[in-house]
Formats: sequence, structure tokens, C-alpha cells
Amino acid sequence: MRRSDDDQAGSTMMVWIRAHGFTACVLLFVGLFCLGPVLWQAVTSLKPDQDLVRLPPLIPERVTSVHYDRVLLQSSLPRSLANSMVVAASATVTAIVVGAFCAFALARLPIAGKSVILGVALVTSMFPPIAVISPLYLLMREFGLRDTLVAVGLTHAVYSLPLAVWLLTSFFQQLPKELYQAARIDGCTPVQALLTIMLPLARPGLAVAALLVFIYSWNEFMFALTLTASDTTRTAPVAVALFPGLYEIPWGDLAAASLVVTLPVAGLALAFQRHIIAGLTAGSVKG
Amino acid sequence: MTDRSFTEIKKRSGTIHLSERAWGYLFACPAFILVSLIALAPINAALWLSLRQQLPIFGIDEFVGARNYLQLLGDERFWAACRTTLYFTALSVSAELLLGFGFALLLNRLSDGAGRGLRWAHVMIILPWAIPTVVSAQIWAWLYQPDFGLLNYLLYAAGMTGGRIDWLADPDWAIHAAVVMDVWKTTPFAALLLLAGLKTVPQELYAAARVDGAGTWEQFRRITLPLLMPVVLIVLVFRTMDAIRVFDAVFVLTGGGPGNSTETLSIYAYKTLFQTLQFGYGSALATAMFVLAAVLSLLYLLLLRRHVQESG
Amino acid sequence: MAEVRIELIEKRIGQKIILHPITLTVHDGEFFVLVGPSGCGKSTLLSLLAGLDQPTAGRILFDGSDVTDLEPRERDVALVFQSYALYPHMTVRENMAFPLRVAPRAKRLERNRIEEEVQRVAGFLGLSALLDRRPRELSGGQRQRVALGRALIRKPRLFLLDEPLSNLDAQLRASMRAELLRLHKELKVTTIYVTHDQTEAMTLGDRLAALSQGRIQQIGRPHDIYAAPVNLFVAGFMGYPPMNLLSARLRNDGLQAGPLHLTRPSDAPTVDQEQIVTVGLRPEDVVVAPATDSGNEGAGFGIVRLTEPSGPTLWVTAELNDHSEVVTISGSAQAGFVPKIGERVAVSGPRATLHLFDPTTGQRLGAS
Repeated sequence: MRRSDDDQAGSTMMVWIRAHGFTACVLLFVGLFCLGPVLWQAVTSLKPDQDLVRLPPLIPERVTSVHYDRVLLQSSLPRSLANSMVVAASATVTAIVVGAFCAFALARLPIAGKSVILGVALVTSMFPPIAVISPLYLLMREFGLRDTLVAVGLTHAVYSLPLAVWLLTSFFQQLPKELYQAARIDGCTPVQALLTIMLPLARPGLAVAALLVFIYSWNEFMFALTLTASDTTRTAPVAVALFPGLYEIPWGDLAAASLVVTLPVAGLALAFQRHIIAGLTAGSVKG
Repeated sequence: MTDRSFTEIKKRSGTIHLSERAWGYLFACPAFILVSLIALAPINAALWLSLRQQLPIFGIDEFVGARNYLQLLGDERFWAACRTTLYFTALSVSAELLLGFGFALLLNRLSDGAGRGLRWAHVMIILPWAIPTVVSAQIWAWLYQPDFGLLNYLLYAAGMTGGRIDWLADPDWAIHAAVVMDVWKTTPFAALLLLAGLKTVPQELYAAARVDGAGTWEQFRRITLPLLMPVVLIVLVFRTMDAIRVFDAVFVLTGGGPGNSTETLSIYAYKTLFQTLQFGYGSALATAMFVLAAVLSLLYLLLLRRHVQESG
Repeated sequence: MAEVRIELIEKRIGQKIILHPITLTVHDGEFFVLVGPSGCGKSTLLSLLAGLDQPTAGRILFDGSDVTDLEPRERDVALVFQSYALYPHMTVRENMAFPLRVAPRAKRLERNRIEEEVQRVAGFLGLSALLDRRPRELSGGQRQRVALGRALIRKPRLFLLDEPLSNLDAQLRASMRAELLRLHKELKVTTIYVTHDQTEAMTLGDRLAALSQGRIQQIGRPHDIYAAPVNLFVAGFMGYPPMNLLSARLRNDGLQAGPLHLTRPSDAPTVDQEQIVTVGLRPEDVVVAPATDSGNEGAGFGIVRLTEPSGPTLWVTAELNDHSEVVTISGSAQAGFVPKIGERVAVSGPRATLHLFDPTTGQRLGAS
């Protein structure tokens, strides 16, 4: 019974592969390229330490959760994950709120120097982060924010602001101008019009911008590395980069930590894949 | 008379009276303040620092004008870092573009009814993009591991190498190892943009070209490539900017070594700033990097404009 | 309700003049139409009245008080957009209640009063059954009503309509016209209506202003404008089919327009003999008869190029050929006569009201 089920499943798959042979080949190739290294990391994370140092076999003979236990229960990684969550969430909220107001002004209000503002945004995002690191560090120390999550979150928010503003401006511009005008005629102040009409209608754009900012902040390394100094403020990527190894690199633990750190962003990316692709390609293809 | 009733109306409305323009400035204000404080001020400070000599350990802090920049010109390590950076950039960006183009063309051919194949491809392709760079560096460090890394094993099993290659410790291999990792991580981005561009090419053009007797290669050269030029240039700009500034990928993978064979400008600047604490000289290095990136992207933009003018 | 006075309002964008200085008074409770081809500046004028745009010079007064610098929300005007601009994320009820919900706190109604108002206006417009729908679930005509309802609910001083019917099909457009007139009669709100459709302008307006190239060409009651257009633009724009405008030579006894001989109107200006003028003839005054039946003095003969039946009237476009020149003219077929294309017909304007214009300035000649 069970066998015939498998056969059936197997044969429908065969039918599909025969019908879409080219597609299947392309998918296999793309899949191997994109997922191969990650899969190997997953395999590594499940192997007991003594099996890590011998190859073959490629497929592990024994599977263990010891690396995950160690990483999740005995290391400071959970703390770093929590830090990353706080930093990324607050950076996202800040960048989206501040960016939405600015983008709305750029898209619909008669302010002067719009091209200057967008130009400054572009230069800001072009300037190598390494150049601002030391003044930024001094600045944060001046504010008493050295080695705090606030410093990292704020920095991430500001450096993703250009992206958020560009994206949101184009989303606001896509909404019919009449909707804003109607809101004004109906008695809204610009704030009311933004909050009651424009923002609800720009929700898909807000979601895209928020996702991109969140992923940027979660993955960012250089600012997080230099603005934090202790285990209690370290973000996840910094923790992975500075993974403690006393004598030799604990490859199994490192693999487990890598996957754990990747999980939230990979999950987001997969869940909202369509939105993210729309956001990444917005503008670059049309313009 | 009319003036009085005008002020009356203003009073009656009883709310703060701001023109739309004023609201606009008010809305843009928070973004402006944040960017000024956290981005523009440090950028200015960096430019200012690059004109000073600052060595906190020795208590030195003086204005030296362009001396840091002059020193750059004679700094062999700077030129080596420049070469490394440009080599890394040229190799990885061109590989990403070619590979990304290949991916995009293949994916554009996918046609199984409901487009399920394409959806799966999107899901897979977005993963390397979403992975933190630091993590992908660790993933590849493990693959490159000389004694029990997967890469050496596969190459050995396929009979392509005699055995152990220490990819990251060999000055000839290390930079290429970094390039491969970068290509793996960022090809999806190029492929996604190019694929979106391909989707906008009207299918009638291909039909018309086939009627006119153009082969596959001719179609690609005469239709696809010219129409995709703007997207190609945008990919080039984005990727070049990132590749020139590359830090975490190489830093985690090799730390700039062996020797200084993988030391890019960012890493040199980082070491100068945070290991030798030469804030002035480090800032000059970073500014030079910015100039390099800006010049390159300006070049691309000029190309793009010329292309738009020619086709428009 | 208000009297609207526009004093020397001017609008430029950069060097480009969108509106030349315009002065205009719309009386309290009037239904006033701004009509003109696209790009004539009529919608700009409407934006200036609504406060969505600022004039370069001049001022706008509502009941004698200057509102030029006031925000839209302080002017208490309502505007119905061509695209309706209904809020897609709100139901009909929420759309209509919106102006009341965002009113300044001091003037805001209580929740149940707002609901009462919505019910009242919805009943008035026949929308009661649709209150929980979203705009995308409505037909064009229903959306139009919601847009009207949203504009009317707060009893504005001034009601502005920007081509509100142009997205509707012809039948619906006619019934909405009647509806708009009914609404206006009941509510007596000063209304300014912008359209490019001269039929709408003629049937709706108490008075209308014809605009072209940023200037008001003529202001008056529809009938007066129809009867005595002040220049060639107005003559050609108002009325359908458009007025025939022919080049004609003044003679003692009449006017010669190509092969067509027309009786000279009694009040025609005394001008030099042989002067060239542009003469305007409304198609309804031009009679197209079978060629055999050519007793009429001054008739010209021509070939039918186009026929266009429109209710009781059959419009005919004929080409008159008089050896030296070809004149194309439209007229109405004699009762019972149905000419075919290519048929030879006699064209005359025996009782036509002639409109004479100076061909160089385009201005009307004579009193009427």
C-alpha cells in the first residue's frame, strides 16, 4: 500500500519532469547553486564533532542536536539574537515613520529643493560606512550612547533612511493625486490626510520598505561591530563573526549559530518574497 | 473691511495655520535632522579629520592640510589595497553580471503553466541575498576548510586536484575565494533585476525579429541587450558601489590576509583607524575610497545617459 | 451659500501663463458653468477656487471676504473630481462620513448625528442599500453619487464640480444632468461646474463662461451666448453641430459666401462694399433640399459628403462647388428628405440668423 503510494508520487513527479524537463534542469541548477552551501552548513550543524573531521561520507551517519544545544543554551547567542531583534525592530519603526513623513512631503507637498534632498540621500548612501565610523563613534560617546543598542538602532535607521525615502516616495507618487486633494477639500490638514488616506493606501509600500530595512539592519556588520563592545550589546552577525573558539574553530557550533541567525531573515524573505522582489526591482526597471 | 473678515476667518478656524509648504518642511524635518546628525555630520567630520593628523596615543592633533593625501600617493600599501579592491570589484562584478544574466535568461524561459517553476526559483534565489554577509562568509570558510572542507573533497573526488589546497591561506587563492563567495551571495540580486527587466521586453519584438529571420543570438544582441542596457548599468552601479566598499565578506573570511594579499581599501582603513588609531590618515583613506566609488558611478551614469539619449 | 468674486486672478507656472488676469462674479445660489476645450485653464481656475493651488496674482472673495490665502479646509468648499477620488479603503458610509469626521473638533458632530446625516444624504441620492460596499464594488453611476454625497454632506458654501459626468456613458450622463439640476434646485448651493462639453454647459448653467487659452471669451446666459457669440472661438465652440463659418463678401443686397447667396441682416454693420467677413450660420438654419426643388433664391448646389441622423433632425454635410472655390457646409435636411451620400442637393439659408465676424480679429461685427 505504502509502496504504491510512493510509486504514484514518484510517477507523477516523473510525468512533471518529463513535461517540464527544461524547467526541472534549470531549477536543479539554480537550487544547487543557491542552496548547496547552506545545505552543507545544515548537514554540518547536525554532525557530531568527531564526524566533522572526516569526509566522506557526505550524508551523515549519525545526527545530533548537540551543537544547537550548546549554541542556544550555553552561549550568549540568544542574547545577541534578542539584541538584533530589538535593534532591527526599532530601526525599522524609526526609518519607516520618519521616512514616510519625509517621502510624503517629497511626493505631494510643494517644498523647495526636492532634488537636493534626494541627492543628499544618494550621497549619504554612497559614502563608505568605514569613513564615518570613527566620527560616529565619538558622537555616540558624546551622547552617552557608547556600547548601547540605541546607538546601533539609530545608526541603522539613518543609513537605511535613503532607501526608505526613495521607495516610499515612489509609492506615494503612484497614488492618484486626487485622493490627497479630495482629503484636503474634505477638511483634512496635511497630517490628517497622510494618516487617514495616504498611509492606509500605501500599506504595501510600507511593508516592502519595512522588510528591506529590517533585513538590512539584521545583517549589518560594520556599525554593529564598532559601536558595541560587550556580549550584552552584541548583535547576531557580530556574534557569528567573533564566534569564540579557544584552540580551534568549533565548526559544528558555528554552523548551528549561522543557521539560527539566518532563520529570521530567511523566513521573512521567503514569506514575503514577492514583495521584496517588487521592492528591489522598483524604479530600477521602470526608470 | 475685507482684511478684517479675513483675519476673522483665520481666528474662527481656530487651528494652527500652516501653509502646505510649511507642513512639507515640518514633515521632512525629522529625516533631515537625523540624517544631518548621524550621517552628514560624521561625513563632514571625516572630511575634516582627513586634513588633520590625529594620533591620540601620542596626543598629536594638528591640521596638516593635504599632507595625508600626499602621503597616500607614496603609500605602497595604499596602492596595493587599491589594486586588490579594483581586482576584487572587476572580477566579482563582471562574474555577477554574466552569471546573473545567464540565470535571468534561463529563468525567463521557464514556462510551466501556472509559473510554479518561477516561483520556486524566486524562493531559492532570494535566500543567498537574505543571508547575513557574515554568515555567508562563515559558510564559505567552512567549505574552504583545507583538511575536511567540502570543496577540497569534491575537487579531489572529481580528480581535478591532487589534494589539499589551503584556499584562504594561499596568497594567490585567497582573493579568488573571496570573489567566489561574493559572487554566490550577490548574483541573485543581479539576476532578479535583470529578470524583471527581461519581463518588460515586449514579446512582439521577438516575434517580429523571428519573422525578419533573426536567430537566437541575433535576437539577443539586437533586442534583448540594447533594451536591457539601463538595467545592466543600474546593476553595475549598485554592485560596483558595494564591491568597492566591501568589508565584512573579506574581513570575516580572511581578515585581509594572508600577508596583506586580500586587504581591500575598507580593511586597510579599518586597521588604520582602529588598530593603529591614525584617525586622520584613516579618514583620508576612506575619503579616497569615496572618490573612487563616486568617479566610477559617475562614469556609469554618463554611459547610461548617453545610452538613453541614443535610444531616445 | 455664497457669492464668489474672482478679482484679476492670474496664474503662471514659470514663464508660462496658464490664466490671464480673470475677473468674474458668481452670484449666490447660481449654477455657473466654466466651459472650454482641454488646456484652456478651467480646471486650474477650479483648483484656485478650491484652494488646492495658489494664484500668482489677484484675489478670491467669498461673500466679500478674502479667502485667497486660506487652506481648502478653511474655505468650506466641496469638490467633485472627474475621477471621483473615492477613498478605496473605505466603505460608502465611511467615504460620505469622512468630511464630518475630520471637521475641526469644535464643529465636529457626534457619532450618531454623523450617521443620521449619512442616512439622510444616502436616502436623498438613492444610496441607502449600498452603504457597506467599497467603491470598487460600485458601478460608475453609483460612484458618481457617492462622490456627490461626500461633497454635499457638510452643506458647503460653494460646490465645485470638475467634469463630473465625463466618465459615465451617454445615457447615464443625461439622467445625472437632470439629477444635478434637481439637487441644485433643492439645495440652492452656489455651484461652479467645469466641463469641456458644450451641451452640458448649455443645459445645466444658469450662466456660463467660455474659456480659451487662459482667457474668458464670453460670460452670459446660455441662450444669449448661443444667440450672439462674441467671437469666432465661442461661435465655433458652442452649439452642435458646430456653426458653419464661411468667408463671405459683402454686397449691397446681401452676402455672397461662395456659391451661397444670403440675405443681409437688417442690423448688419455698415461696412465698405466688397469687404470680406466671416459669416456664421447655425446648421439648424441651413436647409438641405432635393436638387430639383430649387426655387429658393440664393441656393447653392452641392454633393452630400456625410449624413448624421440625430433624432428628428438629419444633419447633412455637403460640399458646394462653384468653379472657383469649394465650400463645405452642414445643414439640416428638409422634413421628409433623406439624401444619400454623393447625391446632389440644394443648400440654402433663407431664414438664417447670420453672425458676422471680423476675419482678422475674430470679433463679432454689429449688434447681435
